[in-house]
Amino acid sequence: MASHAEAQKWGFRITPIRVLLLLLSAVATAIIIYRLVTGLGTVTNLSDEWPWGLWIAFDVMCGVALAGGGYGTALIVHVLHRDYFLPIARSAMLTSLIGYLLVMAGLFLDIGQWFNFWRPFVSWGHSSVLFEVFWCVSCYTTVQILEFTEIATERVGTKFHNIAKAALPVLMIVGIIFPTLHQSSLGGLYLLMVDKLYPLWWSPIIFLFFLISSFFVGPAMICVETTLAGKAYDHWIPIPILRKLIRISGYAMIIYLILKIYDLMSRDVFGLMFNGTFEANMFLIEMVFGIIIPIFICFSGFSASRTGLFIFGLLVSSGVVLNRMNVVITGMIRSTGVSYVPSLGEFIVSAGLVAMGVLAYCFIVENFRILEHDDHRGHAA
Amino acid sequence: MSKGVLIDLTKCVGCGGCTVACKLYNDNKWDEKTPTMGDKAKLTDKNWTVVHRKEVKNKEGQPVWRFVKEQCFHCKEPACASACFAKAFQKTKEGPVIYYPHLCVGCRYCMVACPFNIAKFQWDKAFPLVTKCTMCSNKVTKGEAPACVSVCPAGVFKYGDREELLKEAKSIIAKDSKYVKHIFGEEEVGGTEWIYISDIPFEQLGFKTNVTKRPLPSYTAAYMHATPYVGIAWGIVLTGLYHYTKRRNQISKENNKNIKA
Repeated sequence: MASHAEAQKWGFRITPIRVLLLLLSAVATAIIIYRLVTGLGTVTNLSDEWPWGLWIAFDVMCGVALAGGGYGTALIVHVLHRDYFLPIARSAMLTSLIGYLLVMAGLFLDIGQWFNFWRPFVSWGHSSVLFEVFWCVSCYTTVQILEFTEIATERVGTKFHNIAKAALPVLMIVGIIFPTLHQSSLGGLYLLMVDKLYPLWWSPIIFLFFLISSFFVGPAMICVETTLAGKAYDHWIPIPILRKLIRISGYAMIIYLILKIYDLMSRDVFGLMFNGTFEANMFLIEMVFGIIIPIFICFSGFSASRTGLFIFGLLVSSGVVLNRMNVVITGMIRSTGVSYVPSLGEFIVSAGLVAMGVLAYCFIVENFRILEHDDHRGHAA
Repeated sequence: MSKGVLIDLTKCVGCGGCTVACKLYNDNKWDEKTPTMGDKAKLTDKNWTVVHRKEVKNKEGQPVWRFVKEQCFHCKEPACASACFAKAFQKTKEGPVIYYPHLCVGCRYCMVACPFNIAKFQWDKAFPLVTKCTMCSNKVTKGEAPACVSVCPAGVFKYGDREELLKEAKSIIAKDSKYVKHIFGEEEVGGTEWIYISDIPFEQLGFKTNVTKRPLPSYTAAYMHATPYVGIAWGIVLTGLYHYTKRRNQISKENNKNIKA
């Protein structure tokens, strides 16, 4: 990796893993092109019973949630000015940007009339929660690209750097409003499925669950990401910073848990989780491994170790992934009456999108100042 | 007043003429894989209406056949129309819920949102659209009955003002004890334009009877109304916090300097 002090030299190390990721991306791209030309029936196992499948569940629902680290960090560091967490800000927001670009790609692939994707910009179906998701995700992705210009202009188009820096506070605030709205709206989509989604997941406040979980998964993702980046780039974020950060998650998760219990009790469906059905077991796995155990890790001494932080991150992220999968797939099985197993093509495209994201992250980290920027303290303020 | 159709399931003989009329009027191809009639009948992108054959037991416990026509119920407050973010589905004042293909993005939220799983997708097309019964809205606008209704030889259907039909349905089931005391579509999801009466309980005929009586769009209406205000309020709070915490940090920095000095 060329040091930043050196003149403009673009670099991208090629390692065996990266070759694999590149291959995966290439295969996925081929499938994507084939799908865009021939339609959805040829590549996916979607059907009239399962109009939404893996791409919506994983690429979109999970993608947006896992990218939630960006707005949470922006809130903590750039709006609340907790400069203490500044070392993680850039990488968290970069992950978020890449995440959203992948979500947009995933959405684009999933819609039947993809050349018509812009239609809701002019034909306003404003009674639809999806309308809000669409606008907010589009705007937020734009905002994130603009936010990134502050980093990009350190290297490219440097004369615009000051403009980008000056615009940052406004972008940050706008860049928190949009995700707050659409993170909850993704849950809000399911308000209509009152007779379809299993009652352990359907709730009149499902949007709150989506919002809170997208907030607490942020620090968890940062733990996973900094561990991986730490190994790859030998750049370690101090443990106390991460520990303090996941405490914020911990409190949010306690609120989530209490709200969840209250919600289930108030709708008289609390007992459903112990009746041994597939849904009940999936729900228990989600709650125990994704929420309860991580809360204990968070407030115990275990979180003072890198292993503890990594396990916390892994559990919480997987828990949120499982939650989104459960809402889109598990919770709909009973009312659908037919099972759905994604096709190989759907799996490869989903994996390929993740591979593209990882490669993009590596390239940007190696060519822009993402991980080390201590001298940047206060610039964004 | 919106138009509706009253279906008397006790009269249907299962000839399937209605499903043929539907295909002819709407120019839908014959579906090689899925029949429009019988035990395996299924709505698809080409079958906008089908007639299911059901083997059930009557009140005396005798096995009997019943034929159940299925098509879009044309909800008074349709979930599909409220779910569409591009207004591709719209409710007309005459009653039909109609589709504007050029507005459709193909996201299929309408299909997930429909409580009766009516809308279907053209999975085998390169640029697929969503399809469903439109109640032959062109005919309805002209004051004519939908194609399926007009060809029925058994007098299963009555077409007219929905509220009038509801009154009629009520009087029919009150007079004749063979009918179950339930009009399907009167209250389901806030009411539908197509309503059914039957002598066999609806759940035995494959009707989704456990649906909410609240119009589905009302589940999201409050949420969508609140959104802009929440967004604006949140923006104000964030801006306030931004300036407050920035100033607080400055002051604490200055104080620290003073102490050190």
